[in-house]
Amino acid sequence: MSFLDQQFDDNIIIAKVDDLFNWARLSSLWQVGFGLACCAIEMMATSASHYDFDRFGVIPRPSPRQSDIIIISGTVTLKMALRVKRLYEQMPDPKYVISMGSCSNCGGPYWEHGYHVLKGVDRVIPVDVYVPGCPPRPEALLEGLMKLQEKVRNESVIRKSS
Amino acid sequence: MKTEEEIFNLLKENFNDDIMELVKQPVDHYILCNPLKINEISLFLLSNEELLFDSLMNLSGVDDANGTSTIKEGITTIEGGTLSVYYHLESTKFRHKIILRISTPREKPEAASVALVWRSADWHEREAFDLLGIIFLNHPDLRRILMPYDWDAGYPLRKDYANPEFYHGMKVPY
Repeated sequence: MSFLDQQFDDNIIIAKVDDLFNWARLSSLWQVGFGLACCAIEMMATSASHYDFDRFGVIPRPSPRQSDIIIISGTVTLKMALRVKRLYEQMPDPKYVISMGSCSNCGGPYWEHGYHVLKGVDRVIPVDVYVPGCPPRPEALLEGLMKLQEKVRNESVIRKSS
Repeated sequence: MKTEEEIFNLLKENFNDDIMELVKQPVDHYILCNPLKINEISLFLLSNEELLFDSLMNLSGVDDANGTSTIKEGITTIEGGTLSVYYHLESTKFRHKIILRISTPREKPEAASVALVWRSADWHEREAFDLLGIIFLNHPDLRRILMPYDWDAGYPLRKDYANPEFYHGMKVPY
């Protein structure tokens, strides 16, 4: 008997590379430990024991270089937008963005008179999932994350899903 | 504990023309002062043994927008008039309070800094400079505090402020 037969018997699973990669990616979406405003409080609540982001494999990382997603949780000021862009650029591919809350979706309550607010983070970085709310409840953020997982599940190594 | 009138009279004795008037309102009377002498007045208020105003509770700038306003092609410009600064003081020993106000011309908004009298004035004055463009003379570090350091589109809380179209290639209006 060969080594493989002895060691694994009939425990070998055959899968497509796409499926395996996508399953691995969507099950361990490490996020940048980064919050901007009141939405960040809800994001932290989502991370805490009651809602438990960890069960989706979302673990806050202290460095963008170890992260897969960045959750833009709050008002993006013009001053901060340059830093957000830099953080995003420091993340390794494949990388995903969740825009959380009205402010980062479109400027929110600052859309008209906010002289200091970027009217939507999608003006500086590409956004995968928009989560509406002011701020969104943890359930809404979890829904947003599951939408992102759905997107990752349909990706291909040779072709990014739309 | 002293009333506003007593504090006003005491200041008037010591500073004459630099103390202009005690303006009475339903609440919160204020004393109008000379903007270029406000540092000396402040030092007196802090160190006089009958007053001891040791706490600057708040310092805020205001655009009075009392000049002549012209609207041309949707852009408002205000000429003349004043920018003001209000100082809310309290003595933690005597428990009396007073409000000072200075008004400086919009074209040359200069006031003496009180940052060396009360340390808490440091960032408050930077904020008033940042958002209204009031220049505090002899301030130890008069830089912008909230807006980006390289912001060159003016002072956002002035009533005739117009937002720029772009900042570092990012579109600013909605």
